[in-house]
Amino acid sequence: MEYEFAFGEILRDWDLLARGIRLTAALWVIAFVTALAAGLFLGIARMSPRRALNWPATAYIEIFRNTPVLVQLVWFYYAFPVLTGVQVSPFVAASLGLCLNTSAYCAEIYRAGLQSIVAGQWEAGRALGMSEATLMRRIILPQALRRMLPAFTNRAVELAKMTSIASVITVHELMHEARTMATQSFLPLETFTVVAAIYFILIYPGTLGALLLERRLATRGGAA
Amino acid sequence: MSGILRLDGLRKSFGSNEVLRGIDLTVQQGERIAILGASGSGKSTLLRCINFMEVPSAGTVTVAGTPVGEEARGGRCYRPAELARLRTRIGMIFQQFNLFPHMTALQNVAEGPLSVLGVGRAEAEARARQHLAKVGLAEKAEAYPARLSGGQQQRVAIARALAMEPEMLLFDEPTSALDPELVGEVLETILGLSREGRTMLLVTHELGFAFHFATRVIFLHEGMIHEEGTPEQVLKHPRQDRTRAFIGRHSTFAF
Amino acid sequence: MSYQWDFSPVWRNAGPLLEGLGNTLWLSGWSILLGLALGLGLALLRLSPSRIASVAALVVIEFYRNTPPLVHFFWIFFGLPILIGVSMSPFTAALLALSIQSGAFFAEIFRGGIVSIERGQWEAGRALGMSEARLMRRIILPQAVRRMIPPLMERSFELVKTTALAATLAYGELLYRAMVIASQTFRPLEIYTAVAVIFFSVLFLASLGMRRVEHVLRRGHR
Repeated sequence: MEYEFAFGEILRDWDLLARGIRLTAALWVIAFVTALAAGLFLGIARMSPRRALNWPATAYIEIFRNTPVLVQLVWFYYAFPVLTGVQVSPFVAASLGLCLNTSAYCAEIYRAGLQSIVAGQWEAGRALGMSEATLMRRIILPQALRRMLPAFTNRAVELAKMTSIASVITVHELMHEARTMATQSFLPLETFTVVAAIYFILIYPGTLGALLLERRLATRGGAA
Repeated sequence: MSGILRLDGLRKSFGSNEVLRGIDLTVQQGERIAILGASGSGKSTLLRCINFMEVPSAGTVTVAGTPVGEEARGGRCYRPAELARLRTRIGMIFQQFNLFPHMTALQNVAEGPLSVLGVGRAEAEARARQHLAKVGLAEKAEAYPARLSGGQQQRVAIARALAMEPEMLLFDEPTSALDPELVGEVLETILGLSREGRTMLLVTHELGFAFHFATRVIFLHEGMIHEEGTPEQVLKHPRQDRTRAFIGRHSTFAF
Repeated sequence: MSYQWDFSPVWRNAGPLLEGLGNTLWLSGWSILLGLALGLGLALLRLSPSRIASVAALVVIEFYRNTPPLVHFFWIFFGLPILIGVSMSPFTAALLALSIQSGAFFAEIFRGGIVSIERGQWEAGRALGMSEARLMRRIILPQAVRRMIPPLMERSFELVKTTALAATLAYGELLYRAMVIASQTFRPLEIYTAVAVIFFSVLFLASLGMRRVEHVLRRGHR
């Protein structure tokens, strides 16, 4: 029962892990930035009274929120090329899948945030003669973004955890490097413990940040 | 005389509920009109149709001789850009102030000139300071709305409307959301504007104020103009029973 | 570009796929039950006056909420047997990973529900001379449970989606069955599309059901 831990051997391969971390970070940043942008348009389309905009956006959001992200990645890596005839690299497939998945969640955050702005703010902007674009940019989004910040931070945390799933379609991010190391070194216990700790160190600040933002918003009441 | 504003056969329905049932009204430059009526009589809706916060179901709005919108099959159609341009010429003051909470008083007032009229930042801020001074809030320029009293917020909102240098001002129950002790400062500010000869339309419950403020009083009942005339005529010698009953219910009315 | 869709491999393998769906639901069901029990335990520890218990529960909860589930799957399947000297079936490993992870989330929902009840309710109960246990049972929990049900359901749907990770341990749930069939039939597009449709149908129906429950809960309140 007494097991001798051999963490030293794992940490000797730090280069491999560092490479994995870099790719994990790249995947995370690319997917999150693109999802934030795509989600805004999706969210606005979802709120549109026009059915031609509203329906496709709703369908997209529901599909991506109601299927496992692993199925989405597998689909984009193995099935999507069959449909389009274009073979994509694992990294592209993973970025695409994670971005599309996260954009669906972001769209709902935008929608909730925009709808939380009272009608009087829209009216005051319109009464000044603002175009809808100016109104959105100058009045509504600055107020709504503040309220959305905790939800976006939480989403970023979820996404960071999701990037590990890219290992299944052979993206050489942290989890994939860990799986390789575990088989080669015959030290799965140490490897996965170390990797779990790395993920925790990478992700926990995000959770703390979201908590702090929520507290600050609660005390300041969202204004100023 | 076509007037600065003319309403012809203005109607507005919300679903099956017809709130305005044919309003005809001509407003001359420099007139100050108080719109009175019981709640539900359509007075706020009337005001909000003038700058198209509500789009009328039928009828036309004519501003400075030009009808708004174009005749299309099944009614008038309005282009968003046209409405936006129109609104830069008509200032509105809301019951709930609707200041932008993420901006200081100064930024609130400068926002319209800056982002709608395309005035430069320095000039927009100079203009904003000037209008804040006019409503007596020069020293509150850097304060956020949450730090201001209701009365102060409403005065900033008035400055915000003035900064657009509008041809007319619409006041939608500007003191209804205020604590009684704060009503006076806002009414004082509005009276100050009336001395400048501005064209103003005001929806209010303050009959006493309407008497001092208005050059003409309109009494609305069930979506139609029931009685109109000078404040003296309508408030002191109403001809219609409903007007008399309405004034009678406001026992605090003192001239 | 004009791809000829052929869903016949899906129909021919409907049996194994449905069996896979059955395994997905079986794994989900047990994980939710175990997760709820674990979550309740963690929440009680978290709320207990003992500082040690509370901090220990906090560490477990925060660790599991802030690390990827896939790491837990692998840690429990490959690492844990070395530590305890007992080998683990893919099902057991997945069950443990899923229920501990969702237990951490459930715990926060339980705790959040209880602390969300206004102080006045506690004071009113105490003023009537209620014991803490009775106060909890008669006043606090009935109100808190109402608020907990929607997030608990939402978290359970998350868990159902996470069961797909068990495919990486070769547990025969829906996605794993699909991977095997796709490699045999060379029809990944149809097979994986079918899998997506199946997951979507199950989860979408469940979320519609949840909306009804939420509606009933809201109506039930005053």
